[in-house]
Amino acid sequence: MLQFVIRRVLYSVVVLVAASFLVFFFVTASGDPLAGLRITPNVSKLTVKNIEERKHLNENVFVRYGYWAKDAVTNNFGTTLLTNEPILPDLWRVMKNTFQLLIAAQLLAVLFGVAIGVYSALRQYSVFDYSATTFSFLGIALPVFWIALMLQVAVVQIYLASGHRLFPVASLNDVDPGSGISFVIDRAHHLALPVLVLTIAGMATYSRYMRASMLEVVNSDYVRTARAKGLRESRVTMKHAFRNALIPIVTLVALDFGALMAGVVVTETVFSLDGMGLYFINALLTNDPYPVMAWLMIVATMVVVFNLVADIAYGLLDPRVRYD
Amino acid sequence: MTETQSSPDVLEPAAQVGSDGVALSPGLAGAGPLDAELAYEAGVEIKARSQWAYARMRFLRHKLAVVSLVVLVLIALVAVFAEQLAPYGFDEQNYEIINLSPTFEDKHLFGTDQLGRDYLSRVIFGLRTSLWVAFFVAVISTAIGTVVGSIAGYYGGVVDNLLMRFTDLILVLPLLAVLLAAANFFNKEGSPFKAAILIAILIWVVLARLLRSLFLSLREKEFVEAAKAAGASDFRIIVRHILPNCIGAIVVFMTLIVAGAILLEAALSFLGFGIQPPNAAIGKLISDGQQQGLETWWLVTFPGLVIALVALSINFIGDGLRDALDPTQRRVRA
Repeated sequence: MLQFVIRRVLYSVVVLVAASFLVFFFVTASGDPLAGLRITPNVSKLTVKNIEERKHLNENVFVRYGYWAKDAVTNNFGTTLLTNEPILPDLWRVMKNTFQLLIAAQLLAVLFGVAIGVYSALRQYSVFDYSATTFSFLGIALPVFWIALMLQVAVVQIYLASGHRLFPVASLNDVDPGSGISFVIDRAHHLALPVLVLTIAGMATYSRYMRASMLEVVNSDYVRTARAKGLRESRVTMKHAFRNALIPIVTLVALDFGALMAGVVVTETVFSLDGMGLYFINALLTNDPYPVMAWLMIVATMVVVFNLVADIAYGLLDPRVRYD
Repeated sequence: MTETQSSPDVLEPAAQVGSDGVALSPGLAGAGPLDAELAYEAGVEIKARSQWAYARMRFLRHKLAVVSLVVLVLIALVAVFAEQLAPYGFDEQNYEIINLSPTFEDKHLFGTDQLGRDYLSRVIFGLRTSLWVAFFVAVISTAIGTVVGSIAGYYGGVVDNLLMRFTDLILVLPLLAVLLAAANFFNKEGSPFKAAILIAILIWVVLARLLRSLFLSLREKEFVEAAKAAGASDFRIIVRHILPNCIGAIVVFMTLIVAGAILLEAALSFLGFGIQPPNAAIGKLISDGQQQGLETWWLVTFPGLVIALVALSINFIGDGLRDALDPTQRRVRA
């Protein structure tokens, strides 16, 4: 087990380094990041030259990657291209905000997804099951940004019709959010719709998988045995079936992190939340390769960690799994 | 594929007659041929059914999939004949009818924007781009994925190693983020062709990995061994013996890719990194509508509904195809 983890960690480090080089190569090889600056009239040649020297832009890509890697390891991912500001403090700030959004949405999505999936499986082909299936098909087929926009449209139309603003449709806080409990309430009020969007998207997937997993377990031999022993139905369902059916969902949730970030990017853009998604989009729009690199590497590291967690969790939950 | 589906107990006794060279009386040859002969003499036609016929029957039984197919074909026809069917041009402005809410009058079913452009027409033209991109992505990624997956799974070795390492690389990076970065650096002009290529480059690995695992188990099967013993070349074994067994998986994958590509392209265009004017794209239409403020709700609602309808029907078709082509993997369906 320990050997497995060590081997996986070492391999993951290699993958991350390779991925960082690949991304760096494509992000930098594709053009002059200072092109916009050069044609700005009130920027002197000296300024451009200073930036070029500071970021070693005239070297070849391997040397530049070396400088970037050195900065990434020893200097917290270095500084931005134009303003030379440290990247990491900004990233920490947006990560904190994004995790508030993500954790709330994931908790709700897993909770409701699992509950709906289990109930659908236990009442297969019931009205509830059909509605849940329809809902999850919709949730998978609808673009996430459109779900977000529709919620905004609803809020705006209600406001236009009645004058009541049920939820704010942009930003993380009011201009003057107060402090303490009133700040928390204000933040929750602002995050309600974005959380709802991500919850809908996650719930659709999780309920689908939970239903399939539960159906498989309910029809298995050991559940029949449990019934044959004369156990109460509630005990058969909760102790014997439910716990085993959860195993695939645990790994799915852990493995889903990369896909989750896609939802975060579009949701934060629609609601203009100061989180990782909007940060990434803004970094791209300024043509600054350094924050883009830092963002991608941090997210990639998280994906790797979650993959490892999924593998370990799978082994702990299911004794049939052996590491070799 | 056109082989008759008569059951083995009908065929085998007849074959024995031939190989032994002994003429057996019909009574001794078993009931099978007799029944068949009797049926033939009675004038009852025994129809041979190919695997495809069975697949078609299973598909047609999935009503939602059939309805979805009809819907999708209609939508595709509208998109293909956009020039003829769209009531107005993509960029046709009319300042007398700005911000018109949806109405049957003058066919402004989806309303108009602040420049008086008819959104139904804009959506139809955008749909053409979306479907084209999705189709292109499906073809390219299926082609690359099939070739690489087959070779990696059949031969193993260097190709297999490279494929697995490459997918490990791709899988640690979140797809949409990489696409956004790539599009920002390589597709500034917002061409649909480049957008399709970028999506295809990142998506084919999924199929390659799937086919690789199918090949790993199929290459050990007896029929492959038999083909080898008969002296078939590797190419023939891959193309004639193993690949036909993977058709179901490939087709189902293609439907998933088409739906995924449509949603990805819409998200990219919505965020401003996908297809840009003068090319039409539904995602871009939605973000234009959003920028205009949400009082004109029809500008974001209808284009999104059309995308959702397309994605939903492709998902249902995929579901039906899975049941039809890959009965072993039948998804538990309500």
